[in-house]
Amino acid sequence: MKLLSRKATCNSHGQDSSYFLGWQEYEKNPYDDVRNPTGIIQMGLAENQLSFDLLESWLANNPDAASFKRHGQSIFRELALFQDYHGLPDFKKALVEFMAEIRGNRVSFDPNKLVLIAGATSANETLIFCLAEPGEAFLLPAPYYPGFDRDLKWRTGVEIIPIQCNSSNGFQITQSALDEAYQEAQKRNLKVKGVLITNPSNPLATTISRDELNRLIDFVTAKEIHLVSDEIYSGTVFDSPKFVSVAEVLMDRNLENTEVWDRVHIIYSLSKDLGLPGFRVGAIYSNDVTVVSTATKMSSFGLISSQTQYLLSAILSDTKFAKNYIIENQRRLKKRHDMLVSSLKNAGISCLKSNAGLFCWVDMRHLLSSNSFEAEMELWKKILYDVGLNISPGASCHCTEPGWFRVCFANMTEETLNLSMQRIKAFVDSIVATTTTTNHADTRGQRQLDRNSRRRSLTKWVFRLSSYDREPER
Amino acid sequence: MSSIMGWKQQQHHLLSKIANSDGHSEDSLYFDGWKAYDKDPYHPTQNPNGVIQMGLAENQLCFDLIEDWTKRHPEASICTAEGIKGFKDIATFQDYHGLLTFRKAVANFMGKVRGGRVTFDPDRIVMSGGATGAQELLAFCLADPGDAFLVPSPYYPAFDRDLRWRTGVQLFPVICESSNNFKITMAALEDAYRKAQEANVRVKGLLITNPSNPLGTVLDRDTLKSLVRFINQKNIHLVCDEIYAATVFNHPNFISISEIINEEDISCNRDLIHLVYSLSKDMGLPGFRVGIVYSYNDAVVNCGRKMSSFGLVSSQTQYLLASMLSDNEFVERLIEESGKRLATRHKVFTAKLLEVGITCLKSNAGLFCWMDLRPLLKESTVEAEMALWRVIIDEVKLNVSPGSSFHCTEPGWFRVCFANMDSETMEVALQRIQSFVRKPKEAAEVPVAVKAKPLRNNLRLSFTRTRSRRFEEFVMSPHLISPHSPLVSART
Repeated sequence: MKLLSRKATCNSHGQDSSYFLGWQEYEKNPYDDVRNPTGIIQMGLAENQLSFDLLESWLANNPDAASFKRHGQSIFRELALFQDYHGLPDFKKALVEFMAEIRGNRVSFDPNKLVLIAGATSANETLIFCLAEPGEAFLLPAPYYPGFDRDLKWRTGVEIIPIQCNSSNGFQITQSALDEAYQEAQKRNLKVKGVLITNPSNPLATTISRDELNRLIDFVTAKEIHLVSDEIYSGTVFDSPKFVSVAEVLMDRNLENTEVWDRVHIIYSLSKDLGLPGFRVGAIYSNDVTVVSTATKMSSFGLISSQTQYLLSAILSDTKFAKNYIIENQRRLKKRHDMLVSSLKNAGISCLKSNAGLFCWVDMRHLLSSNSFEAEMELWKKILYDVGLNISPGASCHCTEPGWFRVCFANMTEETLNLSMQRIKAFVDSIVATTTTTNHADTRGQRQLDRNSRRRSLTKWVFRLSSYDREPER
Repeated sequence: MSSIMGWKQQQHHLLSKIANSDGHSEDSLYFDGWKAYDKDPYHPTQNPNGVIQMGLAENQLCFDLIEDWTKRHPEASICTAEGIKGFKDIATFQDYHGLLTFRKAVANFMGKVRGGRVTFDPDRIVMSGGATGAQELLAFCLADPGDAFLVPSPYYPAFDRDLRWRTGVQLFPVICESSNNFKITMAALEDAYRKAQEANVRVKGLLITNPSNPLGTVLDRDTLKSLVRFINQKNIHLVCDEIYAATVFNHPNFISISEIINEEDISCNRDLIHLVYSLSKDMGLPGFRVGIVYSYNDAVVNCGRKMSSFGLVSSQTQYLLASMLSDNEFVERLIEESGKRLATRHKVFTAKLLEVGITCLKSNAGLFCWMDLRPLLKESTVEAEMALWRVIIDEVKLNVSPGSSFHCTEPGWFRVCFANMDSETMEVALQRIQSFVRKPKEAAEVPVAVKAKPLRNNLRLSFTRTRSRRFEEFVMSPHLISPHSPLVSART
């Protein structure tokens, strides 16, 4: 008899994908400006490290919150005992107000409809457990965050059918793509329970347009299915068009107390907007009483540490601070984004025009040796090993067009970003130099490219799976 | 547009079976007592006639020591001036391996709790969302939907949720009885195993809680060895929940499964052995959600680690505990002092109960007693137990946990917690019990007042069935926080 479960022995956790292999290589040879200046620069990690100074100075000015005290009185004991899965009331109140502030207060949220869970990873899984059976399916616009393959499918047994988006229209979600995905599910005899979008999008870094949101709401209304909107990047929108939450569209269309109202659910987290992924703060927001009730009970499997709830409740209840944080953080993100985009442009590389997120969706199709995923992998490896940058290949995000890469810009210093851009420029220049020595881009040129890349290899890289795996991040 | 009621019903078909089921087990009576407490909670000055919570296995006896430590070590917090330089690195740390310092500190603590008789490998420590998350994680790793675990009864009620709800795994009880002090017998094990086979259900493992909840007892060496032999022979897993390991306050000593598998006369496939641990009971920190899966099976460690993404311990908390639990002097003092204080509580509690003729199962661990109220039952039925329980809640104003909620097969046993309150409150609770037992009762109109078996001090008790109450249908769970806590600004 097999000792372990099927879940334990399959690889639905998705961790054999290249998305994670890049990290492994980075771990073996990480860049450090002093100790390892030729090491690999991590650009595959969607972290927000730009605004810690704001949080640190808040803590310096608020010593009570920092030391388990409230009005000078110690509350250590109460926090240590607090395991109520309804969550700390003050924290939920502060969190929904923060969410409203991010949406320009065009919508408001009811703390009683918010369920706290340890991270968006857990929130997404929990919501799917509430909405779908094993063998049922959710439609997701592709390209999408690789971690969804684990979070939505692994232990739930639910399937993902991609809604194919492509560069011809800036990867927007079209009606025909929606319909095709639905039909694909039917062909595969999979009952569709809902659509899950990430807005702003990972990896595209764009906000979903009002037209698309309307289309999606009409679609889930007609099909009588759910719409899950993962709005984890909602606070990172630094440019127009401004963020439009699905909650806003529902209000604007007066859909409160109609059928679809109960079927639209929002996922949130503080991992991206506040840059606190270690604290495991996730949330589900739903108008459906049963979903809230069930998800609340399920949150027992991953509650947020009470000391963390308390700390964040103190920070976010300082609404003046929170408001200023949002604005300043967005300003810094825009600056970084603009840096990356203009540097890449300087190297002849364009990005999908974006206004949000901690990364850009970069178009390197012109650098591929052929229009294939093999060529994309080959280019990715070159960039990883020869150029020394870990970026995320589009294939790992289920993109159907080879040559797109997600490149993060908010998880390093400005100096490091500049260095990475120099390396890219040097790499592109050398390719251009090589190919212009041949008269036409043909197999001879390809052979030349190969020889050059082999010569440029810094070391004999043995491409093997490292036994050391790590937590996948967005 | 169809009526609101119509589509609301239809909506429920749009949710999963899990969402529509009662697999969360919160309709169990285990929670009804909390609801009663929640509506009318005791407070020494504001509500002295309220219900005293004795259904909550919390350890509140050593906060002063822990709190004092945190005050003396501000650098253990990433938020204080002394610790702020670590804020950024910790706040961004979401590696599911967990902080190495945290794992080392937990391994160190676990070893000390077991008197240094075993050591634990930090690389086998996998985090989870509390022991609740740990149990579910192991179930996902070890069993497929439809498979079963054997679990000795009486057992912790929430296992029904933790092991079964989202995993689709079943539980088959291994029935333990008072005739031999609820020891686990081979006959009962084989019986449970056979029942599963007859039902065509594949048994994947045996889950034991040692020290036991609700019994408060530890498993002896012989029993542990025979359990190991049993699971090896059947080639099934052994999951040992040792969440109460440091609450052993008296002889006999606690023997961990980690010790047993090292013994010479035991040949055990280590791939079958897994521990669940937590800091919720031993240290009284349930709010911090520190659950641990410790497996001797490499594949389970690897898979479990990936699954731990769904319930990692907050890095802020990891950092604090890494510091606290590597302070050996503090750890040793805490374990020793905790044992002493629990011993005192237990001694006072059981003595006072005995004064009015109430006995408890002889126990040396845990945060509760397994109280024998069979003499107070009008008949040996679950209904009679429930009737007695309602009386205890409504008239004596104590929330205790009836044995049936623990799947005990003999009516009349109740779990009553003694470590989740201050000593004054415990005095009040004991007075209430004593008054209740000593007071003569009158028969009321409706059902039959029945004489119970005579007690040692010759009191005759009779019961009225309580007036039927209309319990509201609760959608939300009971609150576990005192209403006068400064943390709660509004009660939902």
